[in-house]
Amino acid sequence: MNEQKQALARQFIEAIPYSRALGMVLDEIGDGVAVISMPYDARIVGDPETGVIHGGAVSALMDTCGGAAVMSHPSNPGGTATIDLRIDYMRPAKPGQRITARAECYNITRTVAFVRATAHDEDLSRPVATATGAFTVERAEGRA
Amino acid sequence: MTRRPKPEPVQVVKERRDAALRAIVHGVPFIQFLGIEFERRGDELTAVLPFGERLIGNPLLPALHGGATAAFLEVASIIELSWSLIWEEMESGRLDPKTLDPGHLPRLPKTIDFTVDYLRTGLPRDAYARARVNRSGRRYASVHVEAWQDNRSRLFAQATGHFLMPGRGDG
Repeated sequence: MNEQKQALARQFIEAIPYSRALGMVLDEIGDGVAVISMPYDARIVGDPETGVIHGGAVSALMDTCGGAAVMSHPSNPGGTATIDLRIDYMRPAKPGQRITARAECYNITRTVAFVRATAHDEDLSRPVATATGAFTVERAEGRA
Repeated sequence: MTRRPKPEPVQVVKERRDAALRAIVHGVPFIQFLGIEFERRGDELTAVLPFGERLIGNPLLPALHGGATAAFLEVASIIELSWSLIWEEMESGRLDPKTLDPGHLPRLPKTIDFTVDYLRTGLPRDAYARARVNRSGRRYASVHVEAWQDNRSRLFAQATGHFLMPGRGDG
């Protein structure tokens, strides 16, 4: 993926209203792999007693990152939408720390893209959550 | 023969139940961030996600963000499960909702896994969800949730999640 395409992808992802509301930033993209992170924020806390963020906020990060990974696949899909996404929560994210997701589109057919993803806080040795999903593959315009 | 106690006035019953629901829903910042509300008929809950521009994931269609849909379904599941846990305690009088202030909320179940099926595009309008607790064990629970927008029979998303019960098994 060339630099111009990467810059476009960054603009595109950072312009999605829900991703913006969560402060997501595209850190890396190319060849079916995307890395997106978001800051800790008191508004997305799911457990007021511990300050741990809600699983639903991690879902958004995984979903956005999965879609970005599909879009960056060398087969150049014209668009994508999530068919299903399963998230496994390994441990609570540490309050105050940034969450980073890395998604990989490891297989793609003419119609379906398969994605796996992992999310970490600042402790890279133990994932916070993992995800697997299937995404649609929309043909790029101009290709029958 | 024991005489049945006189039933409580309906307003007292409603106020107690609504206060308990408010306490668990309003205690979670993320639920407020999304703007999710709950409507109650007896013990039946319906989660409502009022549409807002910030929930958009595809500005061209426009469509709800899959992450917003997933979060809505997960919130609906967790609240349904918590509600089913406190309902009996509340109705038997063991739990007084007046004691449920922000510092003394019941511990919420923790999500183990959550699988969302996206059935249709989420339209830029209000969404509704109802969850059903299919199994509520001592340590684990399994919850299914369905979400729709205009037509109850045309679901736009559904999900199944497994949860770790509060206060047990999580040390």
